[in-house]
Formats: sequence, C-alpha cells, structure tokens
Amino acid sequence: MADPMKIRAKAEPNGVVDVKVLFNHEMETGQRKDAGGNIIPAHFIQNVTATYQGRTVLSAQWGPAVSKNPFLNFKFKGAKGDKVQITWVDNKGDTRTDEAVIG
Amino acid sequence: MDMSRRKALKTGGGVALLGALFAAGFLKPQDVRAAEWNKAAFGGKTMADTLKAMGAGSPAQSTSITITAPDIAENGAVVPVTVQSGLPKTESIAILIEKNPNMLAANFDLPAGTDPLVGTRVKMGQTSNVYALVKADGKFYTAVKEIKVTLGGCGG
Repeated sequence: MADPMKIRAKAEPNGVVDVKVLFNHEMETGQRKDAGGNIIPAHFIQNVTATYQGRTVLSAQWGPAVSKNPFLNFKFKGAKGDKVQITWVDNKGDTRTDEAVIG
Repeated sequence: MDMSRRKALKTGGGVALLGALFAAGFLKPQDVRAAEWNKAAFGGKTMADTLKAMGAGSPAQSTSITITAPDIAENGAVVPVTVQSGLPKTESIAILIEKNPNMLAANFDLPAGTDPLVGTRVKMGQTSNVYALVKADGKFYTAVKEIKVTLGGCGG
C-alpha cells in the first residue's frame, strides 16, 4: 500500500479548521529521462478529495507540476474532535486514504 | 469464460464503470465528479487552449485575488504558492504556470463551507508568470504574479 500522508487539522477559534497535508508521492512528470535515455513514465496524483462528516470539503485535480511529496493547505468550517479524511488517486489507479482528528 | 462475465468485463472499468455505478445509485454525484480529470485542460500547451478547455474563455482581471508566493524561488522544483479569493461565491481556484510545458498545475473545487483559499507547492521550469484562475458565481477571474526561478524544477 502507498505511503501514508501526514495530516494536521487544527480548529481555529472562529469555527474554521486549518488543514495541512503532506502527501508521500513521487509526482513524476513524465518529462525526465533515466541514465539510459529512456523517459521515466509519468506517475502523479490526479485527484484529491477531503471529506468531513460524509460530505466533500475539497475536491482537487492535480497535474504533474505539483511538487514531489505534495503539500496542501486549505480551510473549512468544522469542529474540534471531529475527523477529516483525505483521499488521493493517481494516474496508475493507486489510491490512499488517511484520516486525522481535528485538534 | 461465460458470456455474462465477458459482457460485464466489456462494460469496463474506469470512468465507464463509475458511470454505471452512478446510474445504479451506488455512487453519489459528488463521487463521480471527484474522479473527473480534465485531460484537455492538463494537456493544454498554450494559455488560450488551457483556458478554453476549462471553460474559462477570457477571464477578467480581479484585484480581489491574492497570490502569495516568493518573488524569487531558489528551487524551481518546490515553489510555495497560496491563492486567496475575496470574490463572493468562489467555487474553484486553479494555478497556471505560463512557461511550463503544460500550463495547468492544479485545480481546487471548493464547496460551500470551505474557505476560498488554497496553498500548495508547484514545479516551475523557469521564471514565469503564475496565474490564479478563480471561478466565482459562474464567472472566471484571474490574477497574476511573476516568480523568478534561479534553478528550474521540471528536471531533465
């Protein structure tokens, strides 16, 4: 299974949750060549979904220009103690879901 | 292999399967939408083609969109960019890098209840204008910031 992401979800005083995620992914552009001169195939996260209490709070589509081991920051209305789930799907169909408690 | 299995396999996987599952009521519309990836937009090699593929046409410049990013990026492989939109009913924020082989780096759909703000890190091949493309209340708007890159980040 793919490597876990690190999620930090912090409840701010005004009912907003600040989420910072560090994904673990090569984000290979498909533009680089290996020592033999062969193109290293593109391998990158295409879709990211964040859910909270059964509904989507963020839905992102990425290209390979997002940096390796991607960083994501977003904010939504939520409460301390609840959980937020983050899911990614890459261009090979690999996927990973992690969740964090909002602290 | 018996004929019903062959037929099932032919209905296929991927988007076709999602469509079938959606029609059968197994997936909510938002799940199907989450799986869409705008190939035309991500493959766009000119700003005009990319904007067209996103349905953005000729977006108006807006001073209500803020791009926070370094003026000079030391490492083009990891350029931090945060976009905040002050436009009411912001639905999505996209980041486009003019001088990259493909302009569109990322698009973020923001449902109601989510702040009109996203931060991420992008690869830049060279010094370039970075555009934020915001969809608000059904219309598109842009802001731009030039980021100088000392060491290009696309590799190769």
